[in-house]
Amino acid sequence: MRRINVAIGLTALDAKDIEKVAHLARLGLSGPEREAYAQELSRILDLVSQMNAVATDGVEPMTHPDAAGLRLRSDAVADEIDRERLLAVAPQTRDGLYLVPRVIE
Amino acid sequence: MTLTITKIAENLAAGRCSSRELVDDVLARIKTHAVLNAFITLDEEAARRHAEAADRARRAGGAGILAGVPIAHKDIFCTAGVKTTCASRMLADFVPPYDATVVRKMKAAGCIMVGKTNMDEFAMGSSNETSHFGPVRNPWDRDRVPGGSSGGSAAAVAGRLVPAATGTDTGGSIRQPAALCGITGLKPSYGRVSRYGLVAFASSLDQAGPMAQTAEDCAHLLAAMAGFDEHDATSLDVPVPDYAAQLGGDLKGLRIGVVAEHFADGVEPKVAEALREALREYERQGARLVDVSLPNSAHAVPCYYVLAPAEASSNLARYDGVRYGFRAPEYQDIEDMYKKTRSQGFGPEVKRRIMVGTYALSAGYYDAYYVKALRLRRLIADDFARAFERCDILAGPVSPSTAFPLGAKNTDPVSMYLNDIFTIPINLAGLPALSLPAGFAGGLPVGLQLVGRYLDEARLLNAAHRFQQATDWHTRVPAGF
Repeated sequence: MRRINVAIGLTALDAKDIEKVAHLARLGLSGPEREAYAQELSRILDLVSQMNAVATDGVEPMTHPDAAGLRLRSDAVADEIDRERLLAVAPQTRDGLYLVPRVIE
Repeated sequence: MTLTITKIAENLAAGRCSSRELVDDVLARIKTHAVLNAFITLDEEAARRHAEAADRARRAGGAGILAGVPIAHKDIFCTAGVKTTCASRMLADFVPPYDATVVRKMKAAGCIMVGKTNMDEFAMGSSNETSHFGPVRNPWDRDRVPGGSSGGSAAAVAGRLVPAATGTDTGGSIRQPAALCGITGLKPSYGRVSRYGLVAFASSLDQAGPMAQTAEDCAHLLAAMAGFDEHDATSLDVPVPDYAAQLGGDLKGLRIGVVAEHFADGVEPKVAEALREALREYERQGARLVDVSLPNSAHAVPCYYVLAPAEASSNLARYDGVRYGFRAPEYQDIEDMYKKTRSQGFGPEVKRRIMVGTYALSAGYYDAYYVKALRLRRLIADDFARAFERCDILAGPVSPSTAFPLGAKNTDPVSMYLNDIFTIPINLAGLPALSLPAGFAGGLPVGLQLVGRYLDEARLLNAAHRFQQATDWHTRVPAGF
């Protein structure tokens, strides 16, 4: 593929940027991982920046193939999978509820 | 087990073999060729039991063409009571409480599932090397990748371990492994096949489809898989044609659109030559080649690597260690639990894409990346609409090269991404496309990609079928299989 270099006003990511993004995505990374991902993501964003070679002003965003449409179902109660079967695949449950570390003191 | 589904159905109908015998044979072959690592899970006991039930039902009459035929599902389809890992540590022990619609429909058509095939983790990869359960090997050369992400399904069909398998395709994950393994694989139009029970990667791009030896077999499989499903909000409520009944029409006057640049820069010369010869076969059958242009597709990879990671970062937010899947064994508080669970549960490529998507959707970057990519997506789709004013189908490469060596690209994400330049634009546009065996380059299979208008799967399958009536590339079996 032809490479087109266009300034896009974005600087290369550093380990600090990665730390911020990783936190948003709730990923815990080690120091060396942050360094490695900083380099890789910078290269990926460099690839992505090639989008800017195309003028898209006034083009309507396309979120999914047009013909597919998005259908709403009727707002009716469906009881297809029961609570016990869903809870059975959870890592920890108690009294029919998901169990997580205390969030309210 | 070098037989097609069509042949197997004939044999079953004539009483020359039983479904139970077929299943035993398939399971034995999978074990003989375990070195391919094509399967994550086998469901032997249930497969044998279902095969015996299929044999009993056959004696009672009324069996359809897929009745009693052993198949495999990519391990991304939820199977009630059978582990569904998505090739991730995150779901390594996950046993779904329900069947995906595709699984349910194929079961209803009589298919016998023998197991779940290996794949790239969460379908993120083009080489099957990101699997938590190790890479799949290509039956044509065990030191090479089978392609991805449906690499296990492709290798299993190519090695004649099973007559057919399901796959999913978000940016080429059915077509590219089909090409690299020398089988036939179809990505249907977006909305044609239900996504319900399919572990989500990028919901506006994901689509399930069949992988088999021939287009005729794919026609039978698609008919069983396709159709409206109220459980999928983007499922199309349109009738499913009898695809197999529409095979056979000649190709006189068929206008085949060809993008000249797709046979030049960046495509291995031997691959391009095999594809040119395939086009000559179409011309011999009366088709006419038409020059078309898809200028914005040159930017499809950058566009895709915003949209697919953005959707993935949202979809994969559900893996929090609370409701199902893996939870880290030790943690301090809930945030620490989320972070440790996700860091330990996801592999490097999945984390990479989650972070790219999170970045692209974050405050200050949303318009520059995500909205920009959505606008570009429309330009890419519009190019196809314009091309189809001048032709009936498009033909070109699936992949710029044949199967590459294991380890050759997995240290450089960008070079791996660029491998999907010819398949990604079709997912962005939502169109149907297939890969069919079109020759060899250096002893490795070459795939020809045919792309159709929206919902025009029947025409694609017929064009592939007619090619397979005149050539024998799809009958070639790798040495030792």
